[in-house]
Amino acid sequence: MSDARGRVTFTRVGVWRGGRASLPLWLGMLPFGLVIGVLADAKGLSFVETMLMSAIVFAGAAQLLTLDLWADPAPILAAIIATLVVNIRMAPMGAALAPWLDKLRGWRLWGTLATLVDHSFALAAAEQRAGGRDAGYLLGVGLGLWVAWIVTVAIGHMLGSAVRVPPGHPLFFASVAAFVSILVPLWRGPRVDLAPWLVAGLVALAVHRAGLPVPLPLLAGTFAGAALGAWIELRGRGVRA
Amino acid sequence: MELRGDVLLAILGMALVTYACRAGGYAVLRVVRPPPFVDAMLRHLPGCLFVAYCAPPLVAGAAPAWIGAVAVIAVQLALRNIGLAICAGVATVWLAQRALG
Repeated sequence: MSDARGRVTFTRVGVWRGGRASLPLWLGMLPFGLVIGVLADAKGLSFVETMLMSAIVFAGAAQLLTLDLWADPAPILAAIIATLVVNIRMAPMGAALAPWLDKLRGWRLWGTLATLVDHSFALAAAEQRAGGRDAGYLLGVGLGLWVAWIVTVAIGHMLGSAVRVPPGHPLFFASVAAFVSILVPLWRGPRVDLAPWLVAGLVALAVHRAGLPVPLPLLAGTFAGAALGAWIELRGRGVRA
Repeated sequence: MELRGDVLLAILGMALVTYACRAGGYAVLRVVRPPPFVDAMLRHLPGCLFVAYCAPPLVAGAAPAWIGAVAVIAVQLALRNIGLAICAGVATVWLAQRALG
């Protein structure tokens, strides 16, 4: 811990170390990237469009969600809103890494932020807590994951073009499966999450049944659940104080 | 090698809001501390979002989808690997559809 107070650096060695730390995560990304590539092809996105999206959006959950509601012509506004709602979770990450980021300037700061994803945040936060001072590590992990993402999505798109996936195929369960698996580590116990998650699911279902278009069921469910969660949390804090 | 205008616009918009979340979150939240309610809501947002996403397809998918979801949770708990959990879920739904259909 004492090292954390030392000078924060940004070295090539740190970037390489981060890149190597990302390697074990490649295996986990492989099926996720493949699914994105196959789905993008099934939704009629060309190879160039798929690769451009993966390269500059670089956010698996958001891409999966938008591909799910994709149509021709592209649902521009719905895609942007869905992406914003999924990725708003990234906003507090940069602030949490401020002890490193505050010491960076120019491309090192804004470029590193461009590569920030859940896994690079988790690894960098752990490294920071362990006294690490080389902020290059964060960029290294992010870049490593970015390369893995590009490669796996490309392979998925090529596979998708080779094998046609009919609508209703079990492969389309992949997006639900991805989000169910993300939910597992997010669960903080019934006292904190049960009521908000129930409300989120029920409101989404009700709005969906009412025939309102995507992404409205998603938005209504998310904000109803999160508002309830925040209300319960603040009320609990008030009682204890 | 097709790049359509409407698709390009959607992708650019997605990239822009994503960068705003990544970089803007850092730039704003390190100067301004959000009110406690907003702060708590941000913490609840991811879980509620994914539940809201999954609820309609799980209900529509009936038994095979639920069996698939249980398989995903089991594999995620055991191996802590999202990729493998996705594969297990898709394989389970495929088997369940064949067995039940």
